[in-house]
Amino acid sequence: MERYQIYDVPKPARISRLIEAMYAKMPEVEASRAVLITESYRETEGQPIMDRRSKAFVHILDNIPMVIRPDELIVGSPTVAPRGCQTFPEFSWEWLNAELDTLETRAADPFYISEETKAKLREVNPYWKGRTTSELATSLMAPETLLAIKHNIFTTGNYYYNGIGHINVQYDKVLAVGFEGIIEEVKEARAKCGFGDADYDRRTHFYDAVIRSCEAVIRYAGRYADLAEKEAAACSDPARRAELEQIAKNCRRVPARGATSFFEACQSMWFVQYLLQLESSGHSISPGRFDQWMYPYYKADLENGRITPEFAQELIDCIWVKLNDLNKVRDAASAEGFAGYGLFQNLIAGGQDENGEDATNDLSFMCLQASMHVQLPQPSLSVRVWNGTPHEFLVKAAELTRTGVGLPAYYNDEVIIPALMSRGASLQESRNYSIIGCVEPQVPGRTDGWHDAAFFNMCRPLEMVFFNGMENGEQVGPRTGEVENMTSFQQVWDAYKAQMEYFISLLVNSDNAIDRAHSLLCPLPWESCMVEDCIGRGLAVEEGGAVYNFTGPQGFGIANMTDALYAIKKLVFDEKKVTMAEMKKAMLMNFGKSITPEFAEQVTVNIVKEMQAKGQPVNSGQIAQILAAVIGAGIPEKDKKRFEEILELIDGVDKYGNDLPEVDEFAREVAYLYTRPMQNYRNPRGGQYQAGLYPVSANVPLGAQTGATPDGRLAGQPIADGVGPASGRDVHGPTATANSVAKLDHIIASNGTLFNQKFHPSALSGRRGLDNFVNLIRSFFDQKGMHMQFNVVSRETLIDAQQHPENYKHLVVRVAGYSALFTTLSRSLQDDIINRTTQQGY
Amino acid sequence: MNEQMEKDLQTRGRIFDIQRYSIHDGNGIRTIVFLKGCVLRCRWCCNPESQRYEIETMTVQGKPKTIGQDVTVAEVMETVEKDRPYYRRTGGGLTLSGGESLCQPDFALALLRTAKLRGLTTALESMGCAKYEVIAKILPWLDQYLLDIKHMNPAKHKEFTGSSNELMLENAKKIADSGLTELSIRVPVIPTFNDTPEEIRAIARYTAALKNVKRLHLLPYHRLGQDKYEGLGREYSMKEILPPGNEQMERLLDAARSAAGGVECQIGG
Repeated sequence: MERYQIYDVPKPARISRLIEAMYAKMPEVEASRAVLITESYRETEGQPIMDRRSKAFVHILDNIPMVIRPDELIVGSPTVAPRGCQTFPEFSWEWLNAELDTLETRAADPFYISEETKAKLREVNPYWKGRTTSELATSLMAPETLLAIKHNIFTTGNYYYNGIGHINVQYDKVLAVGFEGIIEEVKEARAKCGFGDADYDRRTHFYDAVIRSCEAVIRYAGRYADLAEKEAAACSDPARRAELEQIAKNCRRVPARGATSFFEACQSMWFVQYLLQLESSGHSISPGRFDQWMYPYYKADLENGRITPEFAQELIDCIWVKLNDLNKVRDAASAEGFAGYGLFQNLIAGGQDENGEDATNDLSFMCLQASMHVQLPQPSLSVRVWNGTPHEFLVKAAELTRTGVGLPAYYNDEVIIPALMSRGASLQESRNYSIIGCVEPQVPGRTDGWHDAAFFNMCRPLEMVFFNGMENGEQVGPRTGEVENMTSFQQVWDAYKAQMEYFISLLVNSDNAIDRAHSLLCPLPWESCMVEDCIGRGLAVEEGGAVYNFTGPQGFGIANMTDALYAIKKLVFDEKKVTMAEMKKAMLMNFGKSITPEFAEQVTVNIVKEMQAKGQPVNSGQIAQILAAVIGAGIPEKDKKRFEEILELIDGVDKYGNDLPEVDEFAREVAYLYTRPMQNYRNPRGGQYQAGLYPVSANVPLGAQTGATPDGRLAGQPIADGVGPASGRDVHGPTATANSVAKLDHIIASNGTLFNQKFHPSALSGRRGLDNFVNLIRSFFDQKGMHMQFNVVSRETLIDAQQHPENYKHLVVRVAGYSALFTTLSRSLQDDIINRTTQQGY
Repeated sequence: MNEQMEKDLQTRGRIFDIQRYSIHDGNGIRTIVFLKGCVLRCRWCCNPESQRYEIETMTVQGKPKTIGQDVTVAEVMETVEKDRPYYRRTGGGLTLSGGESLCQPDFALALLRTAKLRGLTTALESMGCAKYEVIAKILPWLDQYLLDIKHMNPAKHKEFTGSSNELMLENAKKIADSGLTELSIRVPVIPTFNDTPEEIRAIARYTAALKNVKRLHLLPYHRLGQDKYEGLGREYSMKEILPPGNEQMERLLDAARSAAGGVECQIGG
């Protein structure tokens, strides 16, 4: 018998209707959760934190409004409004109150908010003054750390102001035994607590909190059953009435007890999926290996003739739609870093099982099909690739890539399995890995990975080298010497290394403070009962209850720093064409190009403070002169000309991303400056730090806060994306770029690396195009690359590229016997290409 | 290493570009080496800098760029080898293009033989415009021959390319008869030159009569090389010609199929 069947079920009409209804309006902020948690906290002042957290969760579940949307088969929503979101004042709220009136009009991820909701939030949020995790975390950080954060060397904002999320829980356990089963397990553990045990109070309060939470979840599902019955009774359409009656039956059974059908399993996993996001505000709650833990229910139904592949596909499609129903309001700055309302609920298909055999099944294909049907960003769909992955599976994945939706992301088992083993997981556990959030691998159901723990901008420590640790008159970094006095490249390198190590230690200081704040103020008993070994240890996830505990902060800017340091080495020290003093001046003056007023002010302050520090008096006339010089008006022609020369010289130096062994080797060493020191640190949950190398979309906003860099990047421009080359610096096509990226040590970056490539659809045209595309991925993975994802440009994107060529410098279009950089073509030729995008083969 | 292989590695030739990740010119993911110099002067040529053998200067994005570089086979192979992981997965390898590679017969032979002996697949994109003896020498080292046939009418061929087509058509027959290489026929579809169903059918009929033809490709005209003419200070005589539309290409594909005697026909490379 075949291991799997491929059905290619057409898109159900219901799915189109659900999506249309869901996107009819702007997403909305609701206040019910904030009001309920505040009510509960006012009642439980002075009680142990586990009691308070669980009682608040119970109060929310027992009282939050419920809704069944038209056409839904899988029900349950945290908000009445589609794509709405609740708020979480226990983590932070002041930004929200400050931004209430601008939420609707802001550029990134706007939200509608009613006057009534605003009034409620203004009433309840101030209760949290002095009670949030963010305030506690701040008080736990060293002053040096707060200074570095103020200067944007890194940001730990993700968990500083929000819940953690970033977890995969034991969905399989809930599907098998339900929360009644889990309550039994917890009661047994509680019964073993001896009155004389040192941890009696801590354990029993934790267990009671879990039981209280699970019982509330069961009651909550029961309320949905009641609602479905009520709606069924009032429904005049017999078909819909039957559906509602089935929904009521499902909610009556799950998640209280184990699922007895695929339909029930879908409903049960959905309750888990979104209630985790009601208990806490963390994003990247990732279902992981959905195709594996759902498969037994599908298989049993199929074998017993209780389900058709068509209906199973429809149910999966419904879950996919629901995953897009969840939303999160972030502060305006973070919204830019995570643009697109993303919740990063990563769901991964394919790969091997824990015995090392290929685990691709019918559902793996149906996951890809569902994303083709819904064409929505959630789930963040991933596929696992290993040498034994069926070619047909990857061809199907490539077909999804070809639609231009940006999914799936491809992951290399051959790198991730050894990476996890190097962090202490067993071979079996590592083979069963799943991905959290963007790109972060972990052992599912057993890990609190704290992935996404920070964005560390690797460009900023180099700025610190150039200005001897000073910025705006403050000593932010260590004094590593005046660059003008450095006489060898080794001295520059050592200074950069020292700055990196110092700021990494501050990053750790920040993350550990936040970690402590979460364990003290916001432990999550309900989430914890679905993470091994919290029940065994009697500890919440936040207290170190999981089997594996990591902190994974990600660095980015490898490409810029490689190109920058390599240019310094070549131009200043090897070829002696530029001096360090000139390079410093070029950076300070942004290579003579115009800069933003804010940046000009910052640079001016810098110069003035430096002059003052050297004992030179500065009067207001001089300040005006300096400012004029900084803005560019006053930069002498001679300097401008020299800056142009320097830019041209930099342009002529080899760059990362072009398959040049010397530069690529350099990049590997630059990446080690981030990944290696990180491994030396430990977190309060008893786990290790492990680096990731990816910026999500923070390379754009954090680039805006970064001055010019010696790779020729101008002030404020985006920093390179992921582990890929700096924008427009790779000119030898995708294989050359991939070869360069593969030269990095991906295994040490066990919190994940991210490699984006952009393709014109011609690269995937026809079956041959798909085959070649799949094998391009395999060849990159043969060389131990970790991750790859693709933007296949659409007609719309090409039109955008015509309007904003600076964002698409490296977009190559290829036709037989010919290739060209899109943006270098004249307008009419670009139009030809745009007209060709719809062709299947040429 | 034997003497012949060593000699091949030191053989010199003139190229004007190496393009990696080529997926429309032969099987799998390939690296194309463009040899400089051509016998024809096709009006639509998208690589006009390929035509002259002499090293020349072309203005690219406002800056002068030297076109043409003398290199050894060893130097070329250094770049070609970089994508070996991709060849291994896709059956790809080295493709020679031009210009007309056969204008540098020793260099072409040395490149193909070196690649083949190193376990890479080889392909040649060419008009077959050389004495057959030259072609016969390289065939044992060639996995795929992508042979251009542009038109069946000698006069029209001469008018648009500067040469008549008899030699090329004759060579096509001999290459097909040899059975030594996988032969595909490629037709650049150029409006005002060969874009009528009759003209395409004539080429397809000729193709059907050849032995061992694997595929017939119709490559729609594109204007991507237009800017290069200006860069070379030359006049582009086809400025007013628009690329054929999808529907027309489909019609021509039907025409090709109706006369190709079962040879697989497709649009694109």
